[in-house]
Amino acid sequence: MKRFGFAGMLLAATVLSGAASAKTLVYCSEGSPEGFDPALYTAGTTFDASSNPVYNKLMEFAPGTTNPEPGLAESYEVSDDGLEYTFKLRPGVKFQTTDFFTPTRDFNADDVIFTFERQLKADNPWHQYVAGAAWEYFNGMGFPDLIETIEKVDDMTVKFKLKRKEAPFVANLGMDFASIMSKEYADKLQADGKMEQLNQMPLGTGPFEFVAYQPDAVIRYRANDDYWKGREKLDDLVFAITTDAAVRYQKLLAGECHVMPYPNAADVEAMKANESLTVMEQEGLNIAYLAYNTTQAPFDKPEVRKALNMAINKQAIVDAVFQGAATPAKNPIPPTMWSYNDAIQDDPYDPDAAKKMLEEAGVTDLDMKIWAMPVARPYMLNARRAAELIQADFAKIGVDVEIVSFEWAEYLARSKDKDRDGAVMLGWTGDNGDPDNFLHTLLGCDAVGGNNRAQWCNEEFDRIVNEAKVETDQAARTKLYEEAQVVFKREAPWATLDHSLVVMPMRKEVQGYVMSPLGKHHFSGVDIAE
Amino acid sequence: MLRFLVGRFAVLIPTFIGVSIIAFSFIRLLPGDPVMLMSGERVMSQERYEKITQELGYDRNIVIQYLDYFGDLMQGDFGTSLVTKKPVLTHFSELFPATLELSLCAILFAVLLGIPAGVFAAIKRGSAFDQTIMGTALVGYSMPIFWWGLLLIILFSGILGWTPVSGRISLLYYFPSVTGFMLIDSLLSGQAGAFKSAVSHLILPTIVLGTIPLAVIARQTRSAMLEVLSEDYVRTARAKGMPPLRVIGVHALRNAMIPVITTIGLQVGVMLAGAILTETIFSWPGIGKWMVDSVFKRDYPVIQGGLLLIAAIIMLVNLLVDILYGLINPRIRH
Repeated sequence: MKRFGFAGMLLAATVLSGAASAKTLVYCSEGSPEGFDPALYTAGTTFDASSNPVYNKLMEFAPGTTNPEPGLAESYEVSDDGLEYTFKLRPGVKFQTTDFFTPTRDFNADDVIFTFERQLKADNPWHQYVAGAAWEYFNGMGFPDLIETIEKVDDMTVKFKLKRKEAPFVANLGMDFASIMSKEYADKLQADGKMEQLNQMPLGTGPFEFVAYQPDAVIRYRANDDYWKGREKLDDLVFAITTDAAVRYQKLLAGECHVMPYPNAADVEAMKANESLTVMEQEGLNIAYLAYNTTQAPFDKPEVRKALNMAINKQAIVDAVFQGAATPAKNPIPPTMWSYNDAIQDDPYDPDAAKKMLEEAGVTDLDMKIWAMPVARPYMLNARRAAELIQADFAKIGVDVEIVSFEWAEYLARSKDKDRDGAVMLGWTGDNGDPDNFLHTLLGCDAVGGNNRAQWCNEEFDRIVNEAKVETDQAARTKLYEEAQVVFKREAPWATLDHSLVVMPMRKEVQGYVMSPLGKHHFSGVDIAE
Repeated sequence: MLRFLVGRFAVLIPTFIGVSIIAFSFIRLLPGDPVMLMSGERVMSQERYEKITQELGYDRNIVIQYLDYFGDLMQGDFGTSLVTKKPVLTHFSELFPATLELSLCAILFAVLLGIPAGVFAAIKRGSAFDQTIMGTALVGYSMPIFWWGLLLIILFSGILGWTPVSGRISLLYYFPSVTGFMLIDSLLSGQAGAFKSAVSHLILPTIVLGTIPLAVIARQTRSAMLEVLSEDYVRTARAKGMPPLRVIGVHALRNAMIPVITTIGLQVGVMLAGAILTETIFSWPGIGKWMVDSVFKRDYPVIQGGLLLIAAIIMLVNLLVDILYGLINPRIRH
């Protein structure tokens, strides 16, 4: 039976009262956006409120996939040496006309150059327009060292010159930090002395335009009438910020919102049983792993790492920590990512064989440390619990485990250390849907002492991922990454633990919602049945 | 009275400075580093780490950082949030009215129910009524707020459908914030039903936040009343044949109010602490939730500024309580 609260009844009444009234979708979001300039931040919650509804990028990800496709760029060409990318821009794209700004011209090359130069050039007046602007993703993806110049060829053509070949460049342009800003709007804000407003009242070319934000409470958007892909079916989009998952669930039941992210794992069964709700599920673009320190004995031997991996009951971790809302991982990249090598067989869970392998490798009475994160992450909800399970698993093969933990920032800093003692539990959520973002970023030789927590530098693996990084042919890249996964499995620098499932409960009347493997929540193309 | 007030104000200044030092050093004593947290799992190069730390001024001597901060404070600058890049004072003024509105409603709820309940319990000492009231108060006092809030939501919003689940007003109503108080703004908006919606949204959070103060006030009123009722002057008043209502209302209650007012004043501090949980459950956009989020993100300026502003408010409330004592009991003024 449907239960409606007071607000729910009003809302339902509006929806049901015919075509004349506005179609409003309410999304119970999990937190407040940090701001509305996506280039300043790295949090998905912020992107959901800024880049996803309001902005477009030169490249966008095809709905439901991690494949980049043309967005504000109509097409692009790569020079033979792989160093020049020339983008033909989409003509006739209009910036949003809102209560706070009316554009006088269409989108053009100036907007693209402004978008990137403000992040790239320290002397750009927008480089420090808010205190402590760190352009975290632009820097994190290595753009300052990659981009030589950005040139305006003509009004509708832009050329990026790169310092080196970089195949994931195109996918990177689909990331949130690459959201195309209006230079005209920025110029006006600068002239009015209100530059900080760029981070408070966003204006782009996207499907929904920003209306208002009541801090920590409500964000309102309305459909962009001039949207270049056609006006959305929804008239209004409202984010009701609701931080507690149990309360979000109650709101969904009461009809106070239509869609909610991140339910409590314990509630999912009841949600699936409720006939007024639809529950969508998809593997997240993430991995949780246990990285051995491969520079230290006996973990420098692949057979020892392999033996330990065989002693871990991953299914038990998935059941205990996620109540089933995750899948055991066999590869370092998630199954939703292109080039995922499904032909690889996972090491079987076999404590007896594991014990034997350890003995054969001459390892007896092994003591080791396992690091457990102090915080819940999407890929690992309870690291302590998982570490305890692994501790028990290892005890069965005669390995004595001590679990250690630190405050989160401290944990991240200390776990990078090459001389670190112990295996570190950590994980990763993909940034751009490109396998390079996992395989090279987390396991490449130049990430040792940084993101490469296993401190693992394997010549063969490194050669393959570096080759794939500069190869622009997608089919050839796929083959290389498949090969890299085979090497990874053989060498076992990590115990791959799980890929968590992303669960999206919504009311039955919501139609056309497509889950994004990149973890974005966007409402373009969504409708509400009357 | 003027000398009394000046004296009270003079004490506030060193207290304020003390709080500013504590707020400043407290957050830096916690392990964790705001710059490191910016990048999360994604490793930041050492050069960039140093550059950002330097830009934020966190590489300087801590005493110099504090003096710098205090200098800004004296000019009314509470700093800028590392996360939202907005001034702390702007945030505070946007969010504080929501907390204040909820706290006022909760304290009103607690006082209006707690004092009569305590008085009746004292008059009917030992009766079934007394034992029920005091038993309920003990339960209320021990109730974990988070559990209590969720229980009420599931019962009244989920099962019965009487109240909305969370938020300050139905999303259908949209009007600019004038005073920041939803009850007033909804009336000013002139939109039909807006005020009713705002009231219905206030009911559950008020009950949840007011429960502990209600229990404390009821118990305090009862014991203060019992003490006063056994005083000689009350017996004398009764012996003179004064109507019972007047004996209790004027002679007893007025004298019993002194400790009760102290308790109410202290509850304001408790309430700001309780607001953190209540605001989280009811998605109430107030300062409690804001402060907690900032601690997790090690947003130094917000934690420092927020703590200082909250401390300033508690100090002002205490001052107000002191003045109230003076009004009720003239002996305290001297």
